[in-house]
Amino acid sequence: MLGYLTRRLVQSALILLGVSFITFLLLYVLPADPVRQIAGRAATPETVENIRRQLGLDQPFFVQYGRYLWGLVQGDMGRSYLQKTEVTELILSRLPATLLLMLAAITAELVIGLAMGIIAAVWRGRWPDQVLMMTSFITVSAPQFVVSLLMLYVFAVQLRWFPIGGYGTFAHLVLPALTLGILGSGWYARMMRSSMIDVLRSDFIRTARAKGLGRARVVLRHAFPNAVLPVIAMIGIDIGIFMGGIVVVESVFGWPGIGQLAWQAIQRVDIPIIMGVTLVSACAIVLGNLLADLLAPFVDPRIKLR
Amino acid sequence: MTDATGVSAARPRGVLSRLARRKLAVFGALIIVLIVGAALFAPLIAPFAPDDQMFDGLTLQGAPMPPDAKFLMGTDLLGRDLFSRILYGARTSLVIGVVANGLALLIGTLVGLTAGYFGGWLGAALMRFTDLMMAFPALLLAICLAAIFQPSLWIVALVIALVNWVQTARVIYTETTAIAARDFIAAERTLGAGTGRILFRHILPHLMPTIIVWGTLGISTTVLLEATLSFLGVGVQPPTPSWGNIIFENQTYFQSAPWLVFIPGVAIILLALAFNLVGDALRDELDPTQRGRT
Repeated sequence: MLGYLTRRLVQSALILLGVSFITFLLLYVLPADPVRQIAGRAATPETVENIRRQLGLDQPFFVQYGRYLWGLVQGDMGRSYLQKTEVTELILSRLPATLLLMLAAITAELVIGLAMGIIAAVWRGRWPDQVLMMTSFITVSAPQFVVSLLMLYVFAVQLRWFPIGGYGTFAHLVLPALTLGILGSGWYARMMRSSMIDVLRSDFIRTARAKGLGRARVVLRHAFPNAVLPVIAMIGIDIGIFMGGIVVVESVFGWPGIGQLAWQAIQRVDIPIIMGVTLVSACAIVLGNLLADLLAPFVDPRIKLR
Repeated sequence: MTDATGVSAARPRGVLSRLARRKLAVFGALIIVLIVGAALFAPLIAPFAPDDQMFDGLTLQGAPMPPDAKFLMGTDLLGRDLFSRILYGARTSLVIGVVANGLALLIGTLVGLTAGYFGGWLGAALMRFTDLMMAFPALLLAICLAAIFQPSLWIVALVIALVNWVQTARVIYTETTAIAARDFIAAERTLGAGTGRILFRHILPHLMPTIIVWGTLGISTTVLLEATLSFLGVGVQPPTPSWGNIIFENQTYFQSAPWLVFIPGVAIILLALAFNLVGDALRDELDPTQRGRT
């Protein structure tokens, strides 16, 4: 177990190293010049050259990358080109908002998705199942921005129940979390449904029913705890999916997390921030996958971590 | 000896007739036919040119017109007919869907096939690279690439392909290793068949069901990614209409003229949904490990 963990952590570190290299390379060869963004249009060629030298952007690629890595192992992600602030500081100040949204979104996904899955499994093949599975298809086919705008239109513009965007109170959290919850619920609903169907077929459920226990009790107290395990084990994967889509929801709802930070940085070619957010997101994805793999043997004892 | 081509040639007819009995798959196929028809015949159906800024297309205050008898879906912020733009936008979505997804499928299949069949250091290197790509925040990468290059239709397609080939590569890799280990492949090799012949005449036909399933499901992913990039303004650029950039252009009017956001939004959902429905049904029919699970 310990050996497995060590090896996986080393692998994860190598993957992150690779991600940092590819991102750095992509941003290095990009046609948009960050120095022109910083200097502005009126700058003389000398000013441009000065800024380039100050930032170390006149150095060859491997020198720049080496410096970046050297900073990275010391916990230094460099300095934002335009905001003159440490990237680490910027990301740390934005991370709580993103983590809060992630927590709320995954909770919403689980509540909606598990309920859908249980209902669909219990009424398998009948209309509730068909309606819910169609719904789950729609949720995986809907782009985040369309659902975000729909939620804003209905609940903020028309009904005025929630603010139209921003951050600070619980009311601000509801719409973005619910949007992500609805979108992610279809994925959980399908897993929960098939897991529940497997469990409902097993002998101990038949015994429980034969003892004369009520249907609701059997489903919720006997089948649910068994069926939910494999679904819970997938939360790690979901963290990765969440991190992948964070940019859109945060920018539509004006949520000041790292997704919004990244989007603003991309528009201004603020490379250190783009690098930083990419690495933090990749980190979350890698750790999420690791978590899912570590949980797998608890769900299915036949799986051995090697 | 197993005749791979014979097997795969015999199956589709059965699959098609079984698909026809699945209501959802038929529904999805109908939507696809409808949207492809709309795209192909856009010049004949569209009542106006998609970039014609009509002077009666705005209210006296300069706001977009709501849907009426003349403008079936209303007009956009520049007084262009939304219905015509939606029709031409279908072309953009489908072109990106087919080109980007086809390219992603090609890269994914080649990587998976090579890594799975040859194994060794080449296979290991390719699969480690695939793992690495899996750890990338895909949307962030796509936005970054699209924002950096001046996005044209083809750049957007390329960016999406570069982000989306990874899943296919993994699936094809797993299947190829399983097929390559089977006796009939060893028999072929003993009979002196060359690597190319084994790969393309014997292994590839067995991968076709997987490729078809992932190809169909992938179009849905691609359509959504294009719409998202265009919505952020880094995808297909106006005046070329795309369902995503129609929303991008008109989002300032979204409180007073919600149809400008929700009509293209519904179009995107319908197209993605259609390919998901067909793809899911195909997976049930073509993938033996999935059969009976739903």
